[in-house]
Amino acid sequence: MADRFDALVIGAGHNGLTAAAYLARAGVKTVVVERNPYIGGAAVSRELYPGFTYSNCSYVCSLMRPEIMRDLDLPRHGLQVIPFEGSVTMTEDGGYFASYLDHDQNRREMARYSARDAEAYDDYSAEVLRQCRFIKDTLLMTPPDPTSFRPRDLRGLVDLGRRFAAQGEDWMYDTIRFWTMSCGDFLDQYFESDIIKGHLAGSSIIGTALGPKSPGSAYVLLHHYMGEVDGNIGAWGYARGGMGAVSKSLAAAFQEAGGVIRTDAPVAQIIVENGKACGVALSNGDEIRANNVVSNMDVKRTFLNCMDASDLPDDFVRQVKNFKIRGSSGKLNIALDGLPEFPSIPADCPARYGDMHVSDSMDYLEIAYDDWKSGTWSKRPYVDMMIPSMTDPTMAPPGKHFMSVFVQYVPPKIHGRDWADADRDAFRDTVINRIAEYSPNFKDLILDVEVRTPRELEAEVGLTEGNIFQGELTLDQLLFNRPVPGYAQYRSPVKGLYMCGSSTHPGGGVMGAPGANAAREILRDLKR
Amino acid sequence: MIMAPYESQVLTTPFHPRTSAYCRTNHWANWSGYTTVQVYTDVQLEYFAARNSAALFDLSPMTKYDITGPSAEAFLNRLLTRDIRRLGVNRVAYVAWCNDDGMLIDDGTVFRFANNRFRLCCQERHLPWLLDSAFGFDVDITEVTESIAALALQGPTSCAVLKSAGFAGIENLRPFDLAEYELHGASIHISRTGFTGDLGYELWFHDRHALDVWDALMEAGRLYGITPMGSQALEMTRIEAGFIQANVDFLAGGRATRPGGNLRSPLELGLDWLVNFDKGHFNGRRALLAEHQNRTSRFKLVGLDVDGNKPANDALLYDHRDREIGVVTSAMWSPTCKKSIAIASIKHHVDADHAGIWADIYVQRELKWRRIKATCRVVERPFFNPPRRRITPAGAH
Repeated sequence: MADRFDALVIGAGHNGLTAAAYLARAGVKTVVVERNPYIGGAAVSRELYPGFTYSNCSYVCSLMRPEIMRDLDLPRHGLQVIPFEGSVTMTEDGGYFASYLDHDQNRREMARYSARDAEAYDDYSAEVLRQCRFIKDTLLMTPPDPTSFRPRDLRGLVDLGRRFAAQGEDWMYDTIRFWTMSCGDFLDQYFESDIIKGHLAGSSIIGTALGPKSPGSAYVLLHHYMGEVDGNIGAWGYARGGMGAVSKSLAAAFQEAGGVIRTDAPVAQIIVENGKACGVALSNGDEIRANNVVSNMDVKRTFLNCMDASDLPDDFVRQVKNFKIRGSSGKLNIALDGLPEFPSIPADCPARYGDMHVSDSMDYLEIAYDDWKSGTWSKRPYVDMMIPSMTDPTMAPPGKHFMSVFVQYVPPKIHGRDWADADRDAFRDTVINRIAEYSPNFKDLILDVEVRTPRELEAEVGLTEGNIFQGELTLDQLLFNRPVPGYAQYRSPVKGLYMCGSSTHPGGGVMGAPGANAAREILRDLKR
Repeated sequence: MIMAPYESQVLTTPFHPRTSAYCRTNHWANWSGYTTVQVYTDVQLEYFAARNSAALFDLSPMTKYDITGPSAEAFLNRLLTRDIRRLGVNRVAYVAWCNDDGMLIDDGTVFRFANNRFRLCCQERHLPWLLDSAFGFDVDITEVTESIAALALQGPTSCAVLKSAGFAGIENLRPFDLAEYELHGASIHISRTGFTGDLGYELWFHDRHALDVWDALMEAGRLYGITPMGSQALEMTRIEAGFIQANVDFLAGGRATRPGGNLRSPLELGLDWLVNFDKGHFNGRRALLAEHQNRTSRFKLVGLDVDGNKPANDALLYDHRDREIGVVTSAMWSPTCKKSIAIASIKHHVDADHAGIWADIYVQRELKWRRIKATCRVVERPFFNPPRRRITPAGAH
């Protein structure tokens, strides 16, 4: 290919496309190369069974920054996010606990389990909201380097410090505790009911190789609350047409600005000449030249798989090797011939439009984590299951349904060896049997199941170990430590090579913030 | 009636069969999870019932906690800023309580039914705070909002209505007195209290008696101009009475999610008289004492007489040098005082009498917007304070 680009983005995931769109709109001649025949990475919709659209990986939308939607005009390019009502946890004894959008409905529901918890929810929400407000402002910010004396870093640190201090002394103590404590300890401060804590704790383990009682898991809870739908902080919605709609709208914005996307183009090597990145070699031997290379791949894949270690400082390579990116999640995408019945949930309860769970205590989640630690998938897993086709008519034919089942915990290896097909099938059966315990007609309705263990997530999506966040969201790997200290500003040790994936600040989720932040830094270097 | 939360987003109060029959406007609002009447027929007529005859208001959604046990008094004294030891049996007190920083959590009323038996009524929900504060006290705290129905009967003929309904001796109740009566076998607590700043009473009883009591009052009040009153008319009387309202004039719950000092101490809300520094320790005392001694209050609450006839709702306030000095938190045209009145929070250092305060009011006339700079004078609260409010025995009208 004779074309020479100003920028080449590796990976057409949502962050790669976000970065690419910002670059193209600034007049940077940009190409995105994607290994798969389709775009989207982990924000993808595919028709794997006729008439059904699967959100194959990510499945709900909240974190996508509204600033990016607006900057890139994503609604005009087809993005629509539809909020849904509440969520529900089914209990072992045939009961349920639902959460609702309405404040007083929510309170009355909690009062069915604990009068105190019902009224404690306001305090809990206020504290979470305070944390969200603080963190929200840092999302589209390049983390200032605390060891640097450059005016820009100092300004950033002063600004961060000022906003931190503005919240008051008590809050500063609370925040430092919050960032390091376990979800369990955090919830225990407010609630006494096992089911309420079990219900809320789900958000603290999604995508994370930590249990709800592991230190650091409280932050993960926050990570799932800090999004919004139309200004409603913490609300979640469905992207109409599945999560691929996010990537498609980003791709459309990118292409409208003159960007080029090449699919079926897996990168074998990032080419470094004279200490500077200058393009990529594809696995078919083709080379694409570019003045700057931007990797949407996770940090391990970028530096350990696609580069020569000799082009990198040893210390950096060591730190990348030590970056925690443990796979802990799996997914079942299921085409259903009709709506499954869940007798525990009253027929009129609107919470069934949202996420449904079967983990009715924090102990349930912690025991599920124990299985992961011993090298196997949870025998009684946490499932975050939803039926988006109840809300979004584009997902399945009328009367039929698409069910998305996120599963935690699923290890990257089985007792230290690679996943085999038989393991995958056994994992599938574990999950389906568990759901069937709550839904008598579920199994009979199944038309097709796509099973994604960490093996498939790594092989198909390219996520190392199948970690959905491109690296654990723990304090040692957040802010100016993400992905590694000294390289948290989207630049790498190699000139002209940038990172824009979820391995960078502010981390995982379909947020677009890493991509937008990386583009801003690149444009700064390009003096655009 | 126990209804699963998903079945109905709002609950109905025990008076719903009656309030819905009287509500001709179909104008309802969600009050703490209950559907309540905003306006039955006409807000002016309902307001004037409260000022001219008797208005009947359903206040069942008010949050209520029963506090009982050997340490109930000690607990409340530790919780509240007032000296509860001085609250006699069958008396009611207006109270406030604070967080550790001396910031107001909520205000409300405490009823003392017996030596060891109290009830706390307030706007917001505070069970975790109350339970946590009760650590070390021998006290039981139960939330009873759902089971206790409540009616306010307010206005010049309210005493006459109650007398005619058979509550003998009701005229001898002094303001903030509480008495227990029996009506058709139902136990009813009546307090001479209210939110209108006028002669008036509040009736508290088990929700199963709700319709009987409502019917008895409406029947007894037929010759005394009794009229059901919705929340909008009550709000007018509340402002004229100069009372502050949670989440209108101050942020309740003692929690703010944004920086910027959005909470208020009782001293900053004109509630100094509720704070007793001599009674021993209470929550927030240290901070309030420091604020009092060091004169570090940031704000003060004032009543304003606003020029012109346009209500100054949400108006920012400026001084004569056009410096922003505060904000109006409640405002209205007062049909009784015949002036535009407002409750406002202004910076503490402002010399209110000489600052040349003006309110920035935006008004629309036939879809055309105009900005009015309305001069304001600081005046005493309550804006309306009739002698009949205090006179005992209470008069007939």
